Amino acid sequence: MVGLVLVSHSAKIAEGLKDLTAEIAPDHKGIISAGGMEDGSIGTDAVRISEAIRQANDGDGVVVMADLGSGVMSSETAIELLEDEDIKVKLADAPIVEGTIAAAVSAMVGSDLEAVLKAAEDCRGVRKINN
Amino acid sequence: MSTRIYDCLKAIGERIIENKDFLTDLDREIGDADHGVNMARGFQGVIEKVPEDEADIGAALKKAGMTLLSTVGGASGPLYGTAYMEAAKVFAGKTEVTGEDFKASLAAAIEGIKKRGHAEKGEKTMLDALIPAYDTLSEKLSGGSEFLEALEAACQAANEGVEFTKTIAATKGRASYLGERSIGHQDPGATSLTITLETIRDFLKG
Repeated sequence: MVGLVLVSHSAKIAEGLKDLTAEIAPDHKGIISAGGMEDGSIGTDAVRISEAIRQANDGDGVVVMADLGSGVMSSETAIELLEDEDIKVKLADAPIVEGTIAAAVSAMVGSDLEAVLKAAEDCRGVRKINN
Repeated sequence: MSTRIYDCLKAIGERIIENKDFLTDLDREIGDADHGVNMARGFQGVIEKVPEDEADIGAALKKAGMTLLSTVGGASGPLYGTAYMEAAKVFAGKTEVTGEDFKASLAAAIEGIKKRGHAEKGEKTMLDALIPAYDTLSEKLSGGSEFLEALEAACQAANEGVEFTKTIAATKGRASYLGERSIGHQDPGATSLTITLETIRDFLKG
């Protein structure tokens, strides 16, 4: 099953999103949060993100969902740190909450990496009101 | 006894930590007021985590880069972390610094930062100090200058680069939200980069 790594500057946002996702994908064991810094402060940590990617991967690959600014840059760095390892990993260009939910649903029904990524990225244009 | 490369990294760290409030104040003007705090936290990590007896310059820079990736927290983490790790490749297995290697390491750092930040010169970033510094160093070395003399000129160019950042609007990072209103303020990243080069110059001068 395609794994998901949730990257936010805030550990609480990443953890909260994981809890929310567990409501709709309770059996998915490969959803890993990597929010905040090791000491609990606000920020992103490329090394922690790369460890989370390893943990989320069961062989089917991993989609990384990131929040703003350095969330994206640290995720790209994390993916590069794993260059020599045999892990298929993609960073989604998508809103983190909507994208994560859509990706989790897609992963749960057994979609492959590209399809899970697309499910997340298809959320970019989704309207919330008057759609 | 600690090695030269450790002492140099420690000197850079101490200078960054001394300038914590200055860098944060610059960032308060046009960013999110965390550059000094984040960089100080990162370099405190570098001082603690790079082994004091590491003589291999490449290994020490790599460890410094990995530490910055995991301790800075903001965008400077992946940017400086990548710069140090790219520079590390040039110095792998080496225990001495030559002008040519230093030049190559700056070139590698520039490429790393460009790729990581999707940035080019003229966008009010650290590249606006680093690229002129590299160009000047390169020109001076080609012209037959000694390394230290070339580095002195490179620091001058980096400072001019910082001044230049006051005249342009940011198109990258948080400062880009301000657009034209970022004009008049110097870029914190270009400033910390210049502090780094000046510390290396002072350290090599002994």
